[in-house]
Amino acid sequence: MDLVKLQIDGKEVEAPAGSTVLEAAEQAGIHIPRLCHDPELSPWGGCRLCVVEIEGMRNLPASCVTTAAPGMVVRTGTPAVIEARRTILELLLANHPLDCLTCEKTGDCKLAEYCYEYGVKESSFAGERHNYGIDDSNPFIVRDLNKCILCGKCVRACAEMTGKDNLDFAYRGFHARVTTFGDTSYLESDCVFCGNCVSVCPTGALMEKQMKGKARRWELKRVKTTCPFCGTGCNFDLCVKDGKIVGVASNPDSVVNGRALCIKGRFGWDFVYSDKRLKTPLIRRNGKFVPVSWEEALDLVAARLKEIREKYGPGSFAALSSARCTNEENYLLQKFVRAVMGTNNVDHCART
Amino acid sequence: MLFLIGTNTTEAHPVIGYKIRQAARRGAKLIVADPRRIELAEEADYWLRLRPGTDIPLLNGLMHIIIKEELYDKAFVAERTENFEALRETVEKYTPGYVSRLTGVPVEDLYAVARLYATTDKAMIFYTLGITEHVCGTNNVMSIANLAMLTGHIGRPGTGVNPLRGQNNVQGACDMGALPNVYPGYQRVTDPAVRAKFQEAWGVSLPAGVGLMIPEMFDKANAGEVKAMYILGENPVLTDPNSNHIRSGLARLEFLVVQELFLTETAEYADVVLPAASFAETDGTFTNTERRVQRVRKAIEPLPGRTNWQTIMALCAKMGYPMHYRSPEEIFAEMASLTPSYSGINYSRIEKEGIQWPCPTCDHPGTPYLHARSFTRGKGLFQAIDHIPPAEMPDREYPFLLSTGRVLSHYNVTTLYSAGIQSLWSEEHAEVNPDDAARLGVETGSKVKVASRRGKVVTRVQVTDRVPPGVIWMSFHYRETPTNVLTSHAVDPVSKTGEYKVCAVKIEKI
Ligand code: SF4
Ligand code: SF4
Ligand code: FES
Repeated sequence: MDLVKLQIDGKEVEAPAGSTVLEAAEQAGIHIPRLCHDPELSPWGGCRLCVVEIEGMRNLPASCVTTAAPGMVVRTGTPAVIEARRTILELLLANHPLDCLTCEKTGDCKLAEYCYEYGVKESSFAGERHNYGIDDSNPFIVRDLNKCILCGKCVRACAEMTGKDNLDFAYRGFHARVTTFGDTSYLESDCVFCGNCVSVCPTGALMEKQMKGKARRWELKRVKTTCPFCGTGCNFDLCVKDGKIVGVASNPDSVVNGRALCIKGRFGWDFVYSDKRLKTPLIRRNGKFVPVSWEEALDLVAARLKEIREKYGPGSFAALSSARCTNEENYLLQKFVRAVMGTNNVDHCART
Repeated sequence: MLFLIGTNTTEAHPVIGYKIRQAARRGAKLIVADPRRIELAEEADYWLRLRPGTDIPLLNGLMHIIIKEELYDKAFVAERTENFEALRETVEKYTPGYVSRLTGVPVEDLYAVARLYATTDKAMIFYTLGITEHVCGTNNVMSIANLAMLTGHIGRPGTGVNPLRGQNNVQGACDMGALPNVYPGYQRVTDPAVRAKFQEAWGVSLPAGVGLMIPEMFDKANAGEVKAMYILGENPVLTDPNSNHIRSGLARLEFLVVQELFLTETAEYADVVLPAASFAETDGTFTNTERRVQRVRKAIEPLPGRTNWQTIMALCAKMGYPMHYRSPEEIFAEMASLTPSYSGINYSRIEKEGIQWPCPTCDHPGTPYLHARSFTRGKGLFQAIDHIPPAEMPDREYPFLLSTGRVLSHYNVTTLYSAGIQSLWSEEHAEVNPDDAARLGVETGSKVKVASRRGKVVTRVQVTDRVPPGVIWMSFHYRETPTNVLTSHAVDPVSKTGEYKVCAVKIEKI
């Protein structure tokens, strides 16, 4: 692979040809702030928070859409750069509801993170604010356009990850917003509720409804696991607070799927807490199920299976294992059937 | 190039569907063969709307053209395969005209697709249950393999035959030997050396004969020969074809144990129901459709107080066979030590990223694609395969062809217990073509009775040209509309897969 050599903040940096300045800096361990850039999405260059100074260039170019060239001299933290970033943040804040105390995104909000970093507290650009209604007509996604910073990541996620093209920019100037075709609610649109737009949104504009009011982001324990719903085998994090699952979050380190998920993987986990879940063993007595202890249930199963094996022989027993259970559970079940019951009558619904 | 046959990927395997769509938009050619106008049909360069159950004529017809025009990979056929002459003879009669009459696919499209597939450097075929759920399912799969071998589209990156497995761990359940004829890793129960190995490892003597497959189990249950069953995490009453036969079999059992998350239709027949733990409550592994073994991790304590492996272990102990695993990791290690294709895999190796088997040793990187240098049996064997029409076709009394499948938001049955997903899609909406709808006098939302020779169900309809005239399409996710009471009892003679995809029904407005 061809390499280009350039200088960033006084460091000599080598990056693969074709890298952007932002990527080259990242490789050298220099983080450039960004709001609209995302490694999984096509470059866009809209927010301009990633501006840097490059010798010989007149304006401050956006590093996420500037290709690194040999011999470039880049500075990522000059007073002019800092000033430009502060101005951008102030402009964004001028039109942003400052309800961080109760906002669901608090702790994970890129806008808040950068405002903190650049010391932007209040905006000097007081002006008109949006007053959009909140769309929570569907069970999964809450959309609060007042918090949208028009980075367009959701538009690209929907088009490039999901391939649905359900979102786009509409209207102009102050009224510009990201919305569905025909400016409808998510529910009335073509949305398939994959939530991939939610997973890339840097602010509280798009949020998981299931997680609302359940936990602060920093309280969550994240447990990486594999989706139980189809053979693709997507990975994601189960978000746990106080021993309870409160939601699913994309885990970018998933080889199979990256951050992309579908409705089942992202929002279907709540079956775990369905009030129909069985929690105690049941035994049928006089045609009715009665709850019993584990000991009692397993004693009965063992006694009856022994009896039937003795009376009719091992071939009178058969078992179904499960294409939904883990490998370990399947291994143990077939071992039980073969080694304990003495028959090869074991199958599973692979055929369904 | 991607060739999708009998797979509605965007609904059944959404994230793979995204990737196929991305590839198509980046310029990869996309061919979709499906009776329904599924979503990807709209992105496809060619959509072959074949009649249900005519996959073999279609595939033979494509091979006929490829051989006639000498577009096949002669070097590959000579070096890597056997039995080419038999294939050539069989496909001889599948002329474009004949195939077009059988399948309904225009002759020009047959030529275009055959040429495109044969002359593309890299072509992948994807299929799912649309191919296997037929009386000729095994033959369908072999026909697909024929096509891939004929053109040399196999054993290189970006080529091959890719079955997309339905449920999350079908691959793993097969790999683990939850099958009547093989131990873990597809080691035959009839092979004395294999049996000796497992006898020694497990310290017991093991049965020598092949066991029963699911349809045989229920036949024997109905006949009173199978007396007791243990069913872990499956709901055959809802998901198997011809559910009335399943119900009567379960009812005749002397003793039934069901280990499940919910009181399912199958559990209703149980003498003992053992509550199961979900994927979030246990450590373990799943093996995905590309044979990648990945970690499942315990996020919360098991709701019923114990995990499924602990339950099975406790039962074995009570039956006089104590097991001593302290964790799923130890179970995996024992399995891997007895299973050559898994023996290089352990939990620490897959902590970050899953590994694709075969992975015979701890320094082996895993195997992203199979058949690189040779096939499992050495040379690839062409199978000459003729068209077998579906076992039951529409007639005067039952004039509609019923086909079944999955919808995006649901996954067999578990998602029915997700409150959010249920609130959006809570009932069956059978798809009916506008022409048929007009004749039946129904519109979207109307209720109809759908009856076959085996049973009847009530459902709402959705009027759409996704389905061709004469065909009605239903899912099998809903207990209020248990579609599988309608489906045929015919099974593929080799795999015993039920013919879910085709049966004859009549529809009445109610
Ligand atoms: S949930 Fe998915 S389909 Fe719906 S708008 Fe977001 S990205 Fe698009
Ligand atoms: S997230 Fe969707 S596509 Fe991915 S494994 Fe789960 S069900 Fe399949
Ligand atoms: S991150 Fe570069 S312009 Fe937005």
